[in-house]
Amino acid sequence: MAAEPVPGPLAAACGEVGPASDGDAVAGVPPRYVARPASVAEASAVLAAAAGLGLAVLPRGTGTRLAWGAPPRRCDLVIDTLRLDRVLEHEAGDLVARVQAGIRIDDLADVLGLAGQQLSLDLPAAPGGAGRGTVGGVLATGAAGPRRLRYGTPRDLAIGITVVLADGTVAHSGGKVVKNVAGYDIGKLFAGSYGTLGLIVEAAFRLHPRPAAGAFVTRDCAGPAAAQELVAAAVGSPLAPSAVEISRPDRGAPVRASVLLEGDKAGVAERSALLRELLGGGASIGAVPPAWWGRSGAAANGTLLRIAFWAGELAAVLDALDAAASAAGLDPPVGGSAAAGVIYAAVPGSAPAASVAELVTALRASRPLGPAGPAGGDGLGPPSRGSVVVLHAPPAVRDAVDVWGPVPSAGLMRAVKDQFDPGHRMAPGRMAGGI
Amino acid sequence: MMDTLAKRLGEICGADGVVSDPLARRTYQCDVLTSHRCSPRLVVLPQTAGQVAEIVTECARAGVPFVARGSGTGLSGGALPRTDGVLIVTSRMRKIISIDPASRRAIVEPGVTNLAVTKAAEPFGLFYAPDPSSQVVCSVGGNVAENSGGAHCLKHGFTVHHVTGLQIVTPAGQLTWLGDGTGGSAGYDLLGAFTGSEGTLGIVTKIIVKLTKAPEAVTTLLAAFETTGHGGAAVSAIIGAGILPGAIEMMDALAIEAAEAAVACRYPAGAGAVLIVELDGPEADVERETAAVRALCEQAGATEIRAARDAAERVAIWKGRKSAFAAVGRISPAYIVQDGVVPRTALPRVLDRIAELSAEAGIRVANVFHAGDGNLHPLVLFDDATPEACEAAEVLSGAILDLCIEHGGSITGEHGVGADKSRYMPRMFGADDLATMQLLRCAFDPAGLCNPGKIFPTPRLCGEVPGIRRAPHPLVAAGEIEQF
Repeated sequence: MAAEPVPGPLAAACGEVGPASDGDAVAGVPPRYVARPASVAEASAVLAAAAGLGLAVLPRGTGTRLAWGAPPRRCDLVIDTLRLDRVLEHEAGDLVARVQAGIRIDDLADVLGLAGQQLSLDLPAAPGGAGRGTVGGVLATGAAGPRRLRYGTPRDLAIGITVVLADGTVAHSGGKVVKNVAGYDIGKLFAGSYGTLGLIVEAAFRLHPRPAAGAFVTRDCAGPAAAQELVAAAVGSPLAPSAVEISRPDRGAPVRASVLLEGDKAGVAERSALLRELLGGGASIGAVPPAWWGRSGAAANGTLLRIAFWAGELAAVLDALDAAASAAGLDPPVGGSAAAGVIYAAVPGSAPAASVAELVTALRASRPLGPAGPAGGDGLGPPSRGSVVVLHAPPAVRDAVDVWGPVPSAGLMRAVKDQFDPGHRMAPGRMAGGI
Repeated sequence: MMDTLAKRLGEICGADGVVSDPLARRTYQCDVLTSHRCSPRLVVLPQTAGQVAEIVTECARAGVPFVARGSGTGLSGGALPRTDGVLIVTSRMRKIISIDPASRRAIVEPGVTNLAVTKAAEPFGLFYAPDPSSQVVCSVGGNVAENSGGAHCLKHGFTVHHVTGLQIVTPAGQLTWLGDGTGGSAGYDLLGAFTGSEGTLGIVTKIIVKLTKAPEAVTTLLAAFETTGHGGAAVSAIIGAGILPGAIEMMDALAIEAAEAAVACRYPAGAGAVLIVELDGPEADVERETAAVRALCEQAGATEIRAARDAAERVAIWKGRKSAFAAVGRISPAYIVQDGVVPRTALPRVLDRIAELSAEAGIRVANVFHAGDGNLHPLVLFDDATPEACEAAEVLSGAILDLCIEHGGSITGEHGVGADKSRYMPRMFGADDLATMQLLRCAFDPAGLCNPGKIFPTPRLCGEVPGIRRAPHPLVAAGEIEQF
């Protein structure tokens, strides 16, 4: 790729801006320039310059989840947020931190840990020893780990946000207090928006005290029905689990299940003993998570599916997955946050694209995930009771299947996009419905 | 044109589903913020989502503004009608459509009361966590509009954390779903953005709520202190110890005096502040945490600590706190209630400053607040016999909100902006912030017909006067609802 000279207005807007290199390609789409703003003002100037030049813009942190979502239709300028890496405020007594979007989740965890606190997002580390990504990237992709059962996802923990819109406008919503209903919550809109509405530059989060102790109560279940029973027993108990994870390496294998209990030392010891008894079947108590905890088993060059469902349908979803995979000649490892209704299936990169597409299509139409039928007297229930999203996949798979699948209210989503980014220059095409 | 619309709405809702009689319409002229009053041009009482969609379609076609109303227990005039508009009341949409204990979800219609969801979930050992003080009568649809919290949101979160799907009627009259009930649906989180939009982005016709496992144990402690400063030190110590109670509430001497006069709650005599701490969770954990909270309160100088051992004793402890708003009517002819929030660590400074402002203005302020999350409910007490006193109270009330903003807080923690506080929005947000919020509004409601004039600053509406209350709302007086 021949390096292109940076246009004057863009060079003037940012101290660090240069031509892109091969490594900057996003899902195979090569950008022309990369800008690294070091302040909100600089980020705003970069976006204003990009607007003037009509450039398509793609925000990037560490790039940990850059392969997620659909490839951008156009990508001229990558805005790298890694120089926006400061903790702006951390008042421990308020259990709130305000940070710049480019700070790494791991670095933030170190800072908060000094005060015995955490941002309660236990994201799995990316394969290959990379970190867990940046605050902005995690917000933009809505990524979450096992403890989403207790603490929710990034949208539940963000209490304030600062964004830069496509035209360079800097806007805030929310604030730095947990309880706040003044104005629209623009943070919710940007959480999970994959950079398509604007650039996240700052965010404030609710924090939690780091639990003094944790224990994992683990056992194998014979199959999907037994796994569902175990999950129901754990969340139906008064033992307040923080996470319930399952994992199954292949169809023939038992479903491994593990429940995380957190709290003070004495409480965790008592509750884990009670839970071991409740789960039976030779359940064991461990101080560290089982090796498979929080891991999808996906290879970077493979396909990773995220399946969201009503938690009580776990067995039906696993059965539907098995039926669809078996028909497509596949046997992906599956696992995830069963009690929270989110599991992941990982198809190796060697699988034929048509087979993966067949699996995804069949699963989307399956009874537990497909149209749910009437929910009321109008004959108009939710259009589906779950979703199958292709988080990442080889290009051939992305070509063979709509990675997002059908989403409810796509028309309203398009209207939101049109308002926030009328020129469709922010990460165009990354989001559901071609947004 | 209104006559044509009235006729058409009658066809949609049936003759008994349209209220046009002027006297009957007056029933709907305000929510609990009784200072804002306005008679709607028409009131409709639909029974199905399909009817709501048809009503909105007709309004949109006629260019007539419409406002949704649930039980009318809002505290910011969010459901204040328009003289030129249609008020769509959801009180006939009261079905609990389904409960799915295995998935811990319920699908309900918007007119279902908050407490009814918990009652329906109880047989399964589940409950609906958001518990606004008006939960006996307030509607889930209204809770979604306001993103309602409640005393226990410190630990359990707000409505937005407990709603996983919404069927709405868009301002153009289209029925559509936001979210699929899973909490993890793909695409923009329109569900999250809609929740708390105060009825300005559409009307909710079905709600999928998350149900929560009921805690094994609950204990309630009441601790008396010489001053709110001592009580505040106890709060800091509790949070600092890594304990997250379900609720931490505080009242100052004046609020205690009012509650004592109104409901004889028998809080410790002579206390300058009382703290209510409620802990919930697994039994053994709650026992240990209760002992720890006791010790921390003692270290902070508590003069007396009581613990509720059963439900009846718990009710007795909460009685004074829950009656506090209405109770100030016993010690003052009129009052303004505010809903500002400050970071928890700023509480002592802010309370001192409120005391100074109160002394400077010669106006009494009673403080009742959710100490755990810094949500203040200062009650500005005054005599509304003279316009000067009203004006002075309004000025002091505004100064308190400015103080909250100065300390990095918010003008409203749970009551909503509504018609009442829209004029304060520019003090908290800049022009670009407000313009960006308008983008969302324009995406949903380009014609600006859906609950216009709320949240965002506009010229004053019909009948709008500063948020002064002369008497408790009739429902409060009748003991049907409580106010926090």
